[in-house]
Amino acid sequence: MRVGDLALRKFKSRLATEGLQVQFGPFVIRMRSDLASFASLAHQLYHHYPLASATAMTDFHVQITRPRWLRRWLRPQSLFTLDGQSPFAPYAVEHALPALEWGINWCIATRAHHLLMLHAAVVERDGQAIIFPAWPGHGKSTLCAALIHSGWRLLSDEFGLVHPEDGKLLPIPRLIPLKNESIDVIRRFRPGAIIGPSFFNTRKGTVAHVMPSEESIRRGHEPAEPRWLIFPRWAAEASLTLKPIPKSEAFLMVATNAFNYEVLDNTAFHLVTDMVQACDCYSFRYSNLDEAVTALNALTSSGHG
Amino acid sequence: MGKVTAQTRLANQLLLEAIKNPKNLPVLSLADWELLIRMGRRTRLLGRLEADLSRIGLLAEIPSRAADHLRAARNVIDHRNTLVKWEINRILWALNGTEAPIILLKGAAYVQANLPPAHGRIFADVDLLRPEERIEEIEEKLSLRGWLKMQIDPYDDRYYRVWMHEIPPLRHRERGTEIDIHHRILPRTSRLNSDPALLFEAARPLEDSRLHVLAPADMVLHALVHLFLECDPREGLRLRDLLDVHLLFQHYGQEQSFWDGLTPRAYKLGLERPLFYGLRFALRFFDTPIPQTVRSEIKNAGPRWPMLWLMDHLVALAILPGHPDYPYPWATLARHLLYLRAHWLKMPPLMLARHLLYKAYLRSRGVRGKVDLAKLDLRQQ
Repeated sequence: MRVGDLALRKFKSRLATEGLQVQFGPFVIRMRSDLASFASLAHQLYHHYPLASATAMTDFHVQITRPRWLRRWLRPQSLFTLDGQSPFAPYAVEHALPALEWGINWCIATRAHHLLMLHAAVVERDGQAIIFPAWPGHGKSTLCAALIHSGWRLLSDEFGLVHPEDGKLLPIPRLIPLKNESIDVIRRFRPGAIIGPSFFNTRKGTVAHVMPSEESIRRGHEPAEPRWLIFPRWAAEASLTLKPIPKSEAFLMVATNAFNYEVLDNTAFHLVTDMVQACDCYSFRYSNLDEAVTALNALTSSGHG
Repeated sequence: MGKVTAQTRLANQLLLEAIKNPKNLPVLSLADWELLIRMGRRTRLLGRLEADLSRIGLLAEIPSRAADHLRAARNVIDHRNTLVKWEINRILWALNGTEAPIILLKGAAYVQANLPPAHGRIFADVDLLRPEERIEEIEEKLSLRGWLKMQIDPYDDRYYRVWMHEIPPLRHRERGTEIDIHHRILPRTSRLNSDPALLFEAARPLEDSRLHVLAPADMVLHALVHLFLECDPREGLRLRDLLDVHLLFQHYGQEQSFWDGLTPRAYKLGLERPLFYGLRFALRFFDTPIPQTVRSEIKNAGPRWPMLWLMDHLVALAILPGHPDYPYPWATLARHLLYLRAHWLKMPPLMLARHLLYKAYLRSRGVRGKVDLAKLDLRQQ
């Protein structure tokens, strides 16, 4: 059963009472909220996500609700809580959805240390994955959003989850948050892409969320093999270049940019070493998304053709 | 309230039972595991459960999704222990040529001396104990090697220097790690008057003789002082701190001489009341094997019955986490009352009133920052 299979009314009432257990890749999140505006939006954007079976173990119990007391009525806010605790600053009530998405990222980044968590977008085709390690402003989310509307399956936009036992990449197909100009770039690139409403004046500027394809979410438990490590960088007017880089350099960039490389210590060293060995490594500059997608398709078809 | 009380009781029982009898964990239902993981996360005891299960070889027998959470906690702990050891190594390097030993306290001591509390427990900072007159010397040496005084407001600086048992923390400018340097184990202003000189005399060297730890009885008493006097109104008393004490009792208690010396030492240091409570609650929550002789020796160190009755209730409410979905208002009250009690013991009434007012004023100004999820760099968590 998926979120979208519940009628909106039922979805809202479950959300406001015992909560809904939604499966995001390897994690089951029980979410609760008493915010009607959030519920309608979540019902749309989480449409394809599977509901976990009633007996499944929940990893994180989160809520996005109005703060108590006065703040309920004066300039209403939304507050993210984990297990009833909230060390977090509240947001404007209209920003409940991005706040929940950030909150879930926080739960994963600070708790899921049984996995190696790269800071990377990952897409897959024919069982083989491209990993795009992320640097702020380098445009990995935009590129990732373009690729998943061009025949690639989304594994993740934020967390490149590596399974320590076999080095495979685990999917965690979440909504892709686009910022500022990227939102229109993707609207122009694929007018059919389903993009949620724009949230203005968040602390990250304007944010809007791209819905992953139904297929990406349905196959959210199928891992992929790392095959290409590509370090993307968008630059206005830049002509497209795709250059192989030394594996040593790729290793350093992946390791220093991971969420928990130090925590996993020796295990992380071996995982990243194996990954870099298994992957062709490139640096990639582009300005035009169509060209970028064509170039990556060409590279990856010849790679195993 | 009936349902909340019942759920609170069930949840607390689940957690205590898991700690006392980890061998029974494989039979827990998934729903119980889910609750146990949540409570273990809140009390930071997931690592303890992992350490116990792996010691008795049952980690493979529990549901894999639950095991993932335990393994995650274990990875963080291993990492932090490595960091603590490295920090101690760097401190020794910075203090090269310093005379008089450095006494490690709390987590740093457990880790460096490889004592049972170190397995399965996160420690953040390194705590040191030095004679007061020799602190300036190491403060200077540390600052030459990259540990800087943290920017704190003048009130806090004075609070530390004039009233407290430690100087303001030093933070390493690259690693961000903190060192707390103590010259006694209780604030100068405390109602419990304990002579620090006795601790220095009894301290024991570790393998690397530049480092010392407190003598066993002193270590236990210090852990108890920390447990009952460093209380946080939100978190309450820390169950993991009481568990440390239980583990130390178990470890050192294998030698009869430890038990023989414990109560007299507590009286000598003026810490018989914390020992009374420590023994009482360790026994109550963890069934610590405490010899009958010790129990009768310490009997008179307790308060009179109305106070004892009250403490029995307050401590149980404040130290056990309860069910995360059924917040228990009495527990919140108990945590605040014990916080007040801790401060009451730390300083005289007027000073206390001034201190709490000032802290309340800071809170009202929103000085204590909240995490901004949007701006958080998740890699630094």
